[in-house]
Amino acid sequence: MKSERGIYLLIGAFFFLIMVIYFLWSGEAGGSIMLFAAAGLGIMPGLYFAWWAHRMPPRPEDRADATLSDGSGPVGTFPANTIWPFVLGMGAALTALSLVFGVWLAVVGLAFIISTALNVSLESRRGGMV
Amino acid sequence: MVSHPATKGDSMTIIAEEIGSHHHEEAHHEEQPKGILLWLTSTDHKIIGKSYMYTSLVFFIIAGALAMLIRTQLFAPNNHFVSPQTYNELFTIHGSMMLYLFAGPFAFGGFANYILPLQIGAPDMAFPRLNALSYWLYLTGGISMLLGFLTASGAAAFGWVAYAPLSSATNSPGAGPDLWIVSIALVGFSGIFTAVNLVTTTFYLRAPGMTMFRLPIFVWNMLVTGILILIAFPVLTAALIMLWADRHLGTHIYSVAGGGVPVLWQNLFWFFGHPEVYILALPFFGIVSEIMPVFSRKPVFGYKGLVFATMAIAGLSTGVWAHHMFTTGTVLLPFFSALSLLIAVPTGIKIFTWIGTMWRGQVDYSAPMLFCIGFIIVFTMGGITGVLLASPPIDFATHDTYFVVAHFHQVLFGTTVFAGFGGFFYWYPKLTGRMYREKLAKLQFWLTFVGFNVTFLPQYLLGLKGMPRRIAEYLPADHFTTLNQISSVGAYLTGFAFVVWMINLWISWRKPIAAPKNPWDGHTLEWATDSPPSHHNFDRLPPIRSQRPVWDMNHPEYADHRVSHGGVLAESTETSNEE
Repeated sequence: MKSERGIYLLIGAFFFLIMVIYFLWSGEAGGSIMLFAAAGLGIMPGLYFAWWAHRMPPRPEDRADATLSDGSGPVGTFPANTIWPFVLGMGAALTALSLVFGVWLAVVGLAFIISTALNVSLESRRGGMV
Repeated sequence: MVSHPATKGDSMTIIAEEIGSHHHEEAHHEEQPKGILLWLTSTDHKIIGKSYMYTSLVFFIIAGALAMLIRTQLFAPNNHFVSPQTYNELFTIHGSMMLYLFAGPFAFGGFANYILPLQIGAPDMAFPRLNALSYWLYLTGGISMLLGFLTASGAAAFGWVAYAPLSSATNSPGAGPDLWIVSIALVGFSGIFTAVNLVTTTFYLRAPGMTMFRLPIFVWNMLVTGILILIAFPVLTAALIMLWADRHLGTHIYSVAGGGVPVLWQNLFWFFGHPEVYILALPFFGIVSEIMPVFSRKPVFGYKGLVFATMAIAGLSTGVWAHHMFTTGTVLLPFFSALSLLIAVPTGIKIFTWIGTMWRGQVDYSAPMLFCIGFIIVFTMGGITGVLLASPPIDFATHDTYFVVAHFHQVLFGTTVFAGFGGFFYWYPKLTGRMYREKLAKLQFWLTFVGFNVTFLPQYLLGLKGMPRRIAEYLPADHFTTLNQISSVGAYLTGFAFVVWMINLWISWRKPIAAPKNPWDGHTLEWATDSPPSHHNFDRLPPIRSQRPVWDMNHPEYADHRVSHGGVLAESTETSNEE
């Protein structure tokens, strides 16, 4: 956790510094705001990692002397085959294309998106398409 | 939920969620659907990675064919091979496809998706369903861009940068530009989702003992690329939404008439666009940093130097966006010039590190290594002309000439094609379980190398003689003819190199030679599993005690940790030499 914290806080500090220099030197608003947001992108997850790094012991992947048995137990939950990312992708694409070809496409697209939202949330419990 | 006990080594457990397990027969659990259904439904990072890679290579071939048409139009003065409007569409879609649909997705959708979980010893990406969604957004985005050619008004014709006010509804009417906007937005979301996945996977799914400073350089580069995507892509998406609002909802964000600021588009676009160049380059730097040590039979020279150089490049690249806008007269020249010049320092560190890796190594000039050496030569030339262009007086003289075209093709072709195809051949045995034909790959390298340089070195001269970019015709009196003809011949030669590549793939498909687990005596974890890897990647992992766990396993007498980490020497009794 400590390395991850370091990476994000380093990013945040760097962009904050650049933002201050840029803003004071140029006074230009657009770039300063974007650099400010970039600094936030570093600082927010960095503080989250710092909070956790302070409260938990190093994970097996943080320790140079960890053996494979230190990592025993579940690694994570990985879904098997599912059709819903495809349906959601098509729904999102149709909705985006409705900006070009007309609102009627968004109706089809939103139907796909809503059906995905329903089915993915139920998928693990009652079984999916495949 | 069914747990698959102990697919990994001692006792690590991967819990696979078998969707539909309550409704299907027991035997169905282990079966994967076949063919198109597998492609549509898979959440396996390897299948999605391969889909990304093949799709991006198809886009690469299409965009390359458009480049051939462009060079044919420029072969002779006053040529009428295509109309000026068609020519504008050709270079717009050529650039857009190469940058948005090939170079990035090839790297962070294809290589990173496939290789990164293997290199850190993970069973899959952190969010497999999100990963699948990214691919579908990418594919539909790509198809949307090509749909532009089928509309009555033709495809987008404002260049891959879509500068305002040229991209307004008045100057670029029709459905083609709208399709372009939608396409880039979809591909942008796909990139953001992939980046979230890459960063989370690197932070949370590493194998025990795989500390951050034992990560392969490729993983480091993908991590930094991922963060850079998260900084840059949302800005582009926001800019595109505002452009669409200007075109259709009557807002005046980018138009002077309603009190808007056209140059705002350039600020927003290049705040995305310059990091984008490094989003394209960094993954390929990572690939080179993987291939160089393996084919020099040495550890990588200056590991931490490479890591911090990568971070420095990424950080600086976000502070240099306006060096594309020196001639607008609205930007702070010394700030952007200084930061742009500074990027040469970490980039130079990288180049010296790669040379240091080869230095006194037993260099094996197989195709992946040849492509990497070609990359260093071409990229260094492009990088040095980049340092020139970072200086405002030189930029004022060469802005929007072929000098800039030659510069960025050397940088981008050097990374995405030379390093990209180096990586393609390096990992081809792992991806497919088959070997490619070495002689054809070498022939492809030399054709690409000669063809590429014959294409783009004359363009530096054309630029210095004053030939502007994005013109469909020139006059005989301009004296551009000879150099343009040399350039076009070089382009055809480069195109032919990819015919050789396709022949190579065809032969490998029809007459396969099975690839072993570890054909190159590789260093990193992907070479510890089968070619191609099984469903959740690893049956067992070697102990991770250095940056080169597979090398340590195969060569315990030369293991890195005996030299560099004396304290853990006792652990090496676990090392098995199975292969």
